[in-house]
Amino acid sequence: MSNSIIQVNNISKQYHIGSKERINRTFREAVVDTLTAPVRNFRDLKRLTKVEYDRPDTIWAIRDVSFNVHPGEVVGIIGRNGAGKSTILKILSRITGPTTGEAKLLGRVSSLLEVGTGFHSELTGRENIYLNGAILGMRKAEITAKFDEIVDFAGIDKFLDTPVKRYSSGMYVRLAFAVAAHLESEILLVDEVLAVGDAAFQRKCLGKMQDISSREGRTILFVSHNMPSVRKFCHRGILFENGRIHLDDEVNKVVDHYLDSGSATFSSRTWSPDERPGNAFFRINSIILKNKHGMETSAITISDELLVDINFEVLQDEAKPQYSLILSDADGNCIFGSLNNYEHEHYGKPLRPGIYTSTCRIYGSLLNAGRFFVTLIGFNNNWHDEFKIENAISFHAHDDGVIKGDYPGSYGGPIRPLLKWQTKRHDIT
Amino acid sequence: MTPGITRASGAVELQIIKLKIMTTPTPHNSDHIIHIKPQKGLQIIDFGELRRYRDLLYFLVARNIKVKYKQTVLGGLWAVIQPFFMMVVFTLFFGKLAKIPSDGIPYPIFNYSAMVAWTYFSQAINQSGNSIVGESNLISKVYFPRIMIPFASILSGLMDFFIAFAVLICMMFYFQIYPTVMVVCVPFLIILMVLASSGVGMVLAALNAKYRDIRYTIPFLVQFWMFATPIVYPASMIPEKYRLIYALNPMTGVIEGFRSVLLNTMEFPTDMIAMSFLVSLVLFILGLFYFKQVERFFADVI
Repeated sequence: MSNSIIQVNNISKQYHIGSKERINRTFREAVVDTLTAPVRNFRDLKRLTKVEYDRPDTIWAIRDVSFNVHPGEVVGIIGRNGAGKSTILKILSRITGPTTGEAKLLGRVSSLLEVGTGFHSELTGRENIYLNGAILGMRKAEITAKFDEIVDFAGIDKFLDTPVKRYSSGMYVRLAFAVAAHLESEILLVDEVLAVGDAAFQRKCLGKMQDISSREGRTILFVSHNMPSVRKFCHRGILFENGRIHLDDEVNKVVDHYLDSGSATFSSRTWSPDERPGNAFFRINSIILKNKHGMETSAITISDELLVDINFEVLQDEAKPQYSLILSDADGNCIFGSLNNYEHEHYGKPLRPGIYTSTCRIYGSLLNAGRFFVTLIGFNNNWHDEFKIENAISFHAHDDGVIKGDYPGSYGGPIRPLLKWQTKRHDIT
Repeated sequence: MTPGITRASGAVELQIIKLKIMTTPTPHNSDHIIHIKPQKGLQIIDFGELRRYRDLLYFLVARNIKVKYKQTVLGGLWAVIQPFFMMVVFTLFFGKLAKIPSDGIPYPIFNYSAMVAWTYFSQAINQSGNSIVGESNLISKVYFPRIMIPFASILSGLMDFFIAFAVLICMMFYFQIYPTVMVVCVPFLIILMVLASSGVGMVLAALNAKYRDIRYTIPFLVQFWMFATPIVYPASMIPEKYRLIYALNPMTGVIEGFRSVLLNTMEFPTDMIAMSFLVSLVLFILGLFYFKQVERFFADVI
C-alpha cells in the first residue's frame, strides 16, 4: 500500500539452534573427541551465519510474514512465547537482518526492546540520560533540549548526580523509560517493557504512550502479554502463531480469538538461570499450577482446590521472601490478592540459601467458570525489593456442575463461592 | 424471583480508552526511509550514518573513561604504574644484565618511551578485541552502528596514554634529554598509533563475536608482538637491509618515531614511518571493511 508507514513483505528469519552436545563414554573417545573438536567446531561456527534450508538444527523463527501499518496506527502484536513476536520487532528495529523478504519503514524509528539498555551502574543519572539517549539514537542537543522534561517525568531530580547503582529498582526503571519516551521518532517499537515498575508508574507510561500516539500521531507497534493493556491501547491486533501471522484484525477480535483458542493458557512458567525474575536475595525458578492431585494442569474444575507452586532459590543468608499472589480475570480485573504473611512457620524468618517451594492453595468452590491469570509480586524483608511477574500463569476453570446443582442458568461475576444457606421456620406461639 | 444471573449482567464494563486514529499521515522525510532486506553480498560503509551517530561515540568514550578507575584506590595512577614498572624490570634484565644497547641514551628512558606507546597499543587491541562480546546486551537490544563500540575502546585508551606521556616528559627533564624540532610530528605519530590499533582491534572484535578463541589469542598475540617491536632493544640492532621489512610491523615506525623526535636517538626514520603508515592504513581499511561485512550477524551469534 502506498500510504503505509511500515511495509513488511514476506519476511522470514532462520536461526541456528546449535548442534547436540556429544557424550563420550570412554576415556579414549573423550581424548579423540577433544583432538578432533577444533575441526568440527570450526565447521559448526562457520555454518552459524549461513542460510540452510531443511537442516535439523535450524528453525524458522518467523516465516513469510507480511503486513502494512498506516501512520498513527497502534498495533498490538500478541502470541505465545516463541511465536515470533520479538523476532519481527528485532528485524524492524534493524538489530538483526531477515533471512528472506524485505521491509520498508518510512520515518525515524526508535525501538524500546528493553528498559535501560546501556545504562551503566557506576554513572550518575545525568550521565546515563545522555548515554542512553545517544544509544537510542538521539543527538546531544536533542537530549539537552528534553533534559528537564525527562528528569521531571522520572521524578528523580534529587538523585540526578547519584550513581544509578544506588537507585531503587523503581527509580531506575522510571528514569530508563523516561529517556526512551522522549525520543523523537515517527515509529515506536515497544516490546513488553511495561511489565516492569509499579502499577502507578505503568499507568503513567501507558498514559505517556497514549499521548505520544494521539497527540503526536506516532505509529506504534506494541508487543505484550498483557491483554487488558493491548485492548486498551491498540486499534489493531496481529496474532502470531509458530512464526506466522494467524490473525490480523480489529484488536478485540484478535484478543478474544487468542484467549479463546486456549493457546494462551500456560500452566507453568520456568525461567532459565540468567533470566529468573527476583531480587538480590532470591530468584524465582518456576511457577506451576497444579490440580488437587498435584498434577500440572491448565484446566481445573471450579469445585476442586488448586495449588500454585512457587519454586525459588534463596541466594543470600537472611533472605525473607514475601509474596503477594493476585488473581485476575480475563480482562485484567483484580479479583483478589493473597499474602503469605499468614504462614506462621516460615514467614518472617530468614531462610538459608537453597531451593524452596512455597505453595498457595486456592480452595475449591470459590471461582466462577472462566479464564484467570495469576500475577506474582515478590518482596524481601518488610516488603522491600519488589518485583512483579505479571500474568505469570493462566488457566481455565470449568464448571463441573457440583455447585450449580439443578440450576440450569449461568452465574455472573468472577467468583462463585459456595456459601451456607439456612432456612428456619418461625413457629407461631 | 428468578436468579437471572448471567455472565454479562455481572461483568463490570471495562472502560476502554481508545487512541484516536490520526487520519493525516505523518509527513515522510526522504532521509528517513529505512529499507530492510537480507544483507547479502558486499556491504558498504554508510558514512552519513556514522556522522549522525557521532555523539554516541563521544558518550561511549566518556563512559569508558569515567568508569575505568571507579572504585579503585590508585585511579589514574594505574595508567603510569604498568608501563613504569615494566620499564624497571626491563631495565634490570635487558639493560643491566643483558646489556642491550640503547642508542646511546639511558636505558630507562629509552625503554619507557617505547612502553608508553606499547601499553596503549596492547590495551587498545585487548579492549577493543573484547568489546563486541562485552557489549552483547547492547547489541542484541538496540540498533546503532556497531563500529562505535570497538572504536570507543580504542579512543578511550588515549586518556591513559596522555597520563603516561606526561610522565615521559618529566623523565626527559630528569635525564636532561631534549626533543628535536621534529617534535611537531608527535600528533601525527599518535594518529599513526591509533590507526594501527584500530585496524587490528576491529578485526579482532569482529572475529571474537563468532570465534571466542580470539579472547585467548589476544594475550598471546600481544606478547609475541612485543618482541617483534623495538621496545627492549633498538631498531638499529636490525641490519639496515631488513629494516623496511621490520617496519611492516606498524608499531616499529610509531616507537622509533617517538624515540627519534623526543630522545634524538636517530635521524627521523622517514622510510620506516612511511612503511608503518602504509601498513596501518591497509590494516585500518581492511579492518573497517571486514567489520562491516560481519556486523550484520553480531546479534545472532553473540
